[in-house]
Amino acid sequence: MGRTASGQAQAVRATSRLDLGLMLLGIGPALILIVLVVVLSFLSPVFFTPRNVSNILAQTAVITVVAMGQHLVILTRGIDLSVGSNLALASVVGALLFQAGGSAPVVILAMIASGALVGSVNGLFYVFGRLPHPFIITLATLSICKGIALQLADGRAIPGMPEAIRVLGRNAFWGLPGSVFVVLGVGLLLLVLTRTMVWGRWIYAVGGRPEAAVAMGIPVNWVLVSTYVTSGTCAGIGAVILAGRTDAGSPLFGNLLELDTIAAVIIGGASFLGGRGHLGHAVIGAIMIGVIRNALNLLNVDIFFQLIIIGVIIVIAVECDVLRNHLEARVRVVQAGRAR
Amino acid sequence: MNGAALQTEALSPLLSVRGATKRFGSVLALDGVDLDLRRGEILALLGDNGAGKSTLIKCISGLHRLDSGAIHLDGLETEIRSPADARFAGIETVYQELALFDNLTPAQNFFAGREIAGPAWLPRGLRFLNKRGMDAEARQVISRLKITLPKLDVVVAKMSGGQRQAIAVARATVFARKVVILDEPTAALGLRESRQVLNLVATVRDQGNAVILITHNMEHVVELADRAMVLRQGRKVGEIVPTNSNKQDLVAMIVGA
Repeated sequence: MGRTASGQAQAVRATSRLDLGLMLLGIGPALILIVLVVVLSFLSPVFFTPRNVSNILAQTAVITVVAMGQHLVILTRGIDLSVGSNLALASVVGALLFQAGGSAPVVILAMIASGALVGSVNGLFYVFGRLPHPFIITLATLSICKGIALQLADGRAIPGMPEAIRVLGRNAFWGLPGSVFVVLGVGLLLLVLTRTMVWGRWIYAVGGRPEAAVAMGIPVNWVLVSTYVTSGTCAGIGAVILAGRTDAGSPLFGNLLELDTIAAVIIGGASFLGGRGHLGHAVIGAIMIGVIRNALNLLNVDIFFQLIIIGVIIVIAVECDVLRNHLEARVRVVQAGRAR
Repeated sequence: MNGAALQTEALSPLLSVRGATKRFGSVLALDGVDLDLRRGEILALLGDNGAGKSTLIKCISGLHRLDSGAIHLDGLETEIRSPADARFAGIETVYQELALFDNLTPAQNFFAGREIAGPAWLPRGLRFLNKRGMDAEARQVISRLKITLPKLDVVVAKMSGGQRQAIAVARATVFARKVVILDEPTAALGLRESRQVLNLVATVRDQGNAVILITHNMEHVVELADRAMVLRQGRKVGEIVPTNSNKQDLVAMIVGA
């Protein structure tokens, strides 16, 4: 009896150690971001000035919005490679409509609709075309959207955006760029949709175990389609923001945005294996990428190093995910040992 | 004799399958199988690998469709075309491998696919979750079935095999108004955890559910099952009341010796 009691105590200690490790892994990205900001503030006198902070926010707004969509796709074990080209096409569509005399609401709605349309093509072909992995269809639409955008714009940027869109690129309110408020709005909406509604619960279930989701009667196909539509819509919103900042639409926008957004989601702490992560991860990851780029610029570090550093961080983030799975397996073993 | 006949009539089958036939290409997986199941009864479904056990329960639970044959529930012919149909009809299945969502808590697992949410006029996916209601109901079921879990608000990835299996069985019983199907519920468990799950299966039966139990463990069959039915090469080859003395006969039927 004394032995079981001490065994129990040992098990309790082991679980609490494991729980501590898992908790640190959970808040790790946010912690690293805070440390990064503090260290950089000491390294560069310019870094933590209101002007530079607002600069970082303006630069990360696009990645953040698109990463929030990408995050939902990754939650379902998918990937959306088309977001960058999708954004470029949407911006070109918007610019052409403005040239043709479209009003601001029409231009905005057209960009968002263009993004959503590409997203629905991704989702519908992936699900009902019975493709083995979304990699393939989104790779195809990456190419197709880029081609259409280049064709429509004749390979050049098309200058000119309505005032209501340009305001997003300026320091509009309280010294913050207008785009920040768009990001906040989209984030809040997605938070409500994924955290309080059945749809969000289904996304997590599909990502957690797709076969079980089918067996439980969850409309898995439509959940998958909906995440690609959402991701495409976010790319369209990203197009509005970027067009506002640059006062133009361009087929060259969004180059490598798919990689930035995937990196943001993973660095932020969501799992590539699906079903794990929340909106905060996408936001933290996107800001971290923005902060690192900005700081390396301020510190005059070569652009090539930026690529290397972000790559290294991705590897660390993925290894943390592996470590989390390992720790959870240990918790299971401890639990089995305690059963009586 | 007369008494027994009367009793049989009073306990007419809750689930009855007639002439179940299922073909995969050139393979005849099920060949005219009949099955009867009564309320408060555990039926052990036995057979070697590939004998058709899994195909039969997948047809009953809606993952496959029968090529021919009929499924009756409470005497009414019921068409089961999807897992949702089966669940709607009151049949719950605990699958060997695809039981739980690791990334969700026990309560979230319980209600996956049939969340308590409202308002009803919204499309199902856009309803707001009633998290408190679901947590309360899950807690009630877990205590009624005397399952011990470390905490209710952690994801099941952090729980042991036995705890997870208990949650899967409990989930089935929350919603099963008629039949609970268990596919090798103790296959991956140690002795002590197997014991807990077997006790849980008995509790589930004692609360009036009809249970189909697939297992390879003859001890468990003898201990728990009221009847044992043996499939071989897609055919029903026997049905007996399992006892310690006829265990060998069962094994012989399974391997076809």
